[in-house]
Amino acid sequence: MYNFEFERPGSVAEAVAALKSEEAQALGGGQTLIPTLKQRLAAPAKLVSLGGIAEMKGVCLNDDGSLSIGGGTTHAEVARAAAAHYPALAALAGGIGDPAVRNRGTIGGSLANNDPSACYPSAALGSGATIVTDRREIAADDYFQGLFTTALDEGEIITSVRFPVPEKANYQKFLQPASRFALVGVFVAHYAGGTRIAVTGASEDGVFRWSAAEEALASGAALDGMAPEADGMIADLHGTKAYRAHLTGVLTRRALQAMA
Amino acid sequence: MPKDSGIGASSKRREDVRFLTGAGNYTDDINIHGQAYVHFLRSDVAHGRIVSLDTSAAAAMPGVVRIFTGADFEGVGGLPCGWQVTDRHGQPMAEPGHPVLAQGKVRHVGDPIAAVVAESPEQARDAAEAIEAEIEELPAVIDMKAALAEGAAKVHDDLPSNLCYDWGFVEENKGAVDAAFAEAAHVTTLELVNNRLVANPMEPRVAIGDYARATGESTLYTTSQNPHVIRLLMGAFVLGIPEHKLRVVAPDVGGGFGSKIFHYAEEAFCTFAAKALARPVKWTSSRSEAFMSDAHGRDHVSKIELALDADNNFTALRTETYANMGAYLSTFAPSVPTWLHGTLMAGNYKTPLIYVNVKAVFTNTVPVDAYRGAGRPEATYQLERVIDKAARELGVDPIALRRQNFVTEFPYQTPVAVVYDTGDYNATMDKLEEIADIAGFAARRAESEARGKLRGLGVNCYIEACGIAPSNLVGQLGARAGLYDAATVRVNATGSISVMVGAHSHGQGHETAFPQVVAEMLGIDESMIEIVHGDSSKIPFGMGTYGSRSLAVCGSAMVRATEKIINKAKKIAAHLMEASEADIELKDGQFSVAGTDKSVAWGDVTLAAYVPHNYPLEDIEPGLEETAFYDPSNFTYPAGAYACEVEVDPETGKVTVERFSAADDFGNIVNPMIVSGQVHGGLGQGIGQALLENCAYDPETGQLLSASYMDYAMPRADDVPFYAVDHSCATPCTHNPLGVKGCGEAGAIGSPPSVVNAVIDALQSGGKAVTHIDMPMSPSRVWSAMQG
Repeated sequence: MYNFEFERPGSVAEAVAALKSEEAQALGGGQTLIPTLKQRLAAPAKLVSLGGIAEMKGVCLNDDGSLSIGGGTTHAEVARAAAAHYPALAALAGGIGDPAVRNRGTIGGSLANNDPSACYPSAALGSGATIVTDRREIAADDYFQGLFTTALDEGEIITSVRFPVPEKANYQKFLQPASRFALVGVFVAHYAGGTRIAVTGASEDGVFRWSAAEEALASGAALDGMAPEADGMIADLHGTKAYRAHLTGVLTRRALQAMA
Repeated sequence: MPKDSGIGASSKRREDVRFLTGAGNYTDDINIHGQAYVHFLRSDVAHGRIVSLDTSAAAAMPGVVRIFTGADFEGVGGLPCGWQVTDRHGQPMAEPGHPVLAQGKVRHVGDPIAAVVAESPEQARDAAEAIEAEIEELPAVIDMKAALAEGAAKVHDDLPSNLCYDWGFVEENKGAVDAAFAEAAHVTTLELVNNRLVANPMEPRVAIGDYARATGESTLYTTSQNPHVIRLLMGAFVLGIPEHKLRVVAPDVGGGFGSKIFHYAEEAFCTFAAKALARPVKWTSSRSEAFMSDAHGRDHVSKIELALDADNNFTALRTETYANMGAYLSTFAPSVPTWLHGTLMAGNYKTPLIYVNVKAVFTNTVPVDAYRGAGRPEATYQLERVIDKAARELGVDPIALRRQNFVTEFPYQTPVAVVYDTGDYNATMDKLEEIADIAGFAARRAESEARGKLRGLGVNCYIEACGIAPSNLVGQLGARAGLYDAATVRVNATGSISVMVGAHSHGQGHETAFPQVVAEMLGIDESMIEIVHGDSSKIPFGMGTYGSRSLAVCGSAMVRATEKIINKAKKIAAHLMEASEADIELKDGQFSVAGTDKSVAWGDVTLAAYVPHNYPLEDIEPGLEETAFYDPSNFTYPAGAYACEVEVDPETGKVTVERFSAADDFGNIVNPMIVSGQVHGGLGQGIGQALLENCAYDPETGQLLSASYMDYAMPRADDVPFYAVDHSCATPCTHNPLGVKGCGEAGAIGSPPSVVNAVIDALQSGGKAVTHIDMPMSPSRVWSAMQG
């Protein structure tokens, strides 16, 4: 990697200030950024680690029943601390990468990066979560804007994520054989107002809500044989567009079945 | 009761203590005072002409010692090829030059263009980025058949085409084979791809060159399976260093699987640069570099046809294979699709007529060479897939069809040159049916189907030629080296023993298994014996480890040297006990005089050899050290039968291996636990090839698509089942003193066809008319095949 300055502030305010300098880059758990730096694909002048900010860590149940997770909370901690409150979310966190990844990677880092094959974006979108930053709150439906693209502004930090807890939910992840990211992952959550279905790994535009299936469920229809359009799906060594579209249907039905 | 020491004991691997506790001494652990570091600037295009190369800015960067380009190597030899294949028309193969650093053109992504030597690895890399290389991109030659088409771009401008050779075997049989096909009652045809693989040893390659001005001696520390071969190739053909001024050391090596047999540009560079700069030069490959610079494996595209008579007897076999050589000829590349492949096309069957055609092709890809099994997996895969397809077409049991056509009498002269010495293919098939519980398959299938899964059973046999090899034979076939091996047994004064061997251990467990043999012969404790390997200045001129040859060839040399030790020790013992040499017996480390109670211990004799106060100096020399070279009279022929059971998820196409059983005949066995471990590892690699691993290039640009573990799927522990392995069916090899056959490659050779056969069986049981799926059978490929 190239040389860079390094800061490890102890508060959100200090982190925000540090990120104002030229070519500064926030560092969460580093599970994407560090390999990128090692391959010399990024050259930030300064890394601002968010790892020392206590106020950004932890899982807590709010008075309204929603679950807040600090942006700096590791996947392993979510898997442990959210299990009693939001089992599907905890299970998703416990299935990311391997133990080393789960003990370094953070929910804020994952959502800020918005990898099209990452697991967390589907949970946030599928739950209709709220992304809380140092300056505002962003609804998940507005937050995800395509591959590695989000509503975050330069230097904006995800301080926490607030999940409405559904009546029931399930995440189905079909592994890409090499990376074990989601070849396709489907997060389904049932709320009083209806069922939300969010799909990761499949689309060239990143995580998306499968609205047609949501509407079918709302009208009481079955999803048998249903799949999204193959057009716009990712095609690579591991799966064709048609395969990813097909898997989306299969995994959605399996999630619904697991919830039932 | 199992033995607890000597031949046949499952002695625990003594080397594992240091490997598992981080105390190993790998090449990267070696740091020499004053060493500089090299970073290679590698081509990021598949094919291009170097228009200009400006290193001036880079040379001025901090810490840069010197930058080398192809121009610095103009008076130096290229990397040699160790095997010359003669084509169907009696002409030698096309053999292009292989410069250490690119000269004029780059020919694959990863081809080294320049080398920056600097005070630190980071400075070397920084400066490499500052080199201004103008490269005019040329059309990339990737697909083999397109490469041979009229008007295709040429990888090597000085060759007539991209064809390396067009090989026919046995050419004289071609007419008879064609005639047999014309008369056949049934012909089964199959076209298939043997997917390109990356070896991926856990330890990436490393090289350190060192030059001693005082003595004029060069030393290369390198991650090699065969230090003497590297010394010979690099000294004689590349750098012109005589053997006595060149030492090659391969210390602990973390896996090779063939990819560390070959002589690589980085080794020659570090040795060359160390002398030019008069300071040590070190290179450590990154994993990314390994993907684009370690020789790849397999990559054959084949058509195979099997002719049968009305009684389902195999009457003829005909194959046509396109074998990818990559951009240059790696050290043993030409031999893999020919002599290590065509000679095995008979398999375990008495097919009387066989013709194999192989077209080796240059492409703008990383060179392809031997990878665990080397040619034999490609032969086995074609043969065992086409037999399975024939059985399905004919509606006969695939096991019965195989049994009907087994070779049953030995020695057996195949129609493809080799002679099988021993074997009992029905015995291994019987054993397989038992350990795989083939009788219980129907119940297991019903249970899977009740859960909505398809279950399939696939079986295959394999045979391989190991213990490579008889020098006079391989010489006739084009090898430019002998393939004997050597061992020196040095008995020390107090009776401990150092055995210096030409074989190299990089995971095989030689340090444990070899002493078991010597301990058995002398009747002393294994712990008194140590194996020394990997340093050309310490070991006799042996040819290293590959082709499952270590115990069969080098172990045989060790036996011969130990026999010489015993003969001399008996002379000494006879003198000490004032008895006749003919009456001396050696048992449990004691020399005794037959029919008396007189005896002397092993240690008394060894001490006498080195403190010869009371010693027959007029008859024998002092000391107790013997060397033997061993050149086998034939290959060895391990064989076996494998069975795989898979479940296929019909909704997703996901294949899971539920059971895998292997019944092998390895002849005699020195350490059953190590043999089981070798089979387990090989099966993992074979299942990896069948289901996961795929080295893919973009067909247009020649970019490596699977260039990291994000896209190259290695098998993990949960991708493989618990294995049932058995090696109790032993027909000892008849032409080496240990009766051993070799076990290192069997698992990788024998497993892919049964996995594919099992998936096809599963899909057909679900009513799908699928007859073939190319490896790796990823969920997407299986699902696509099921869509028809």
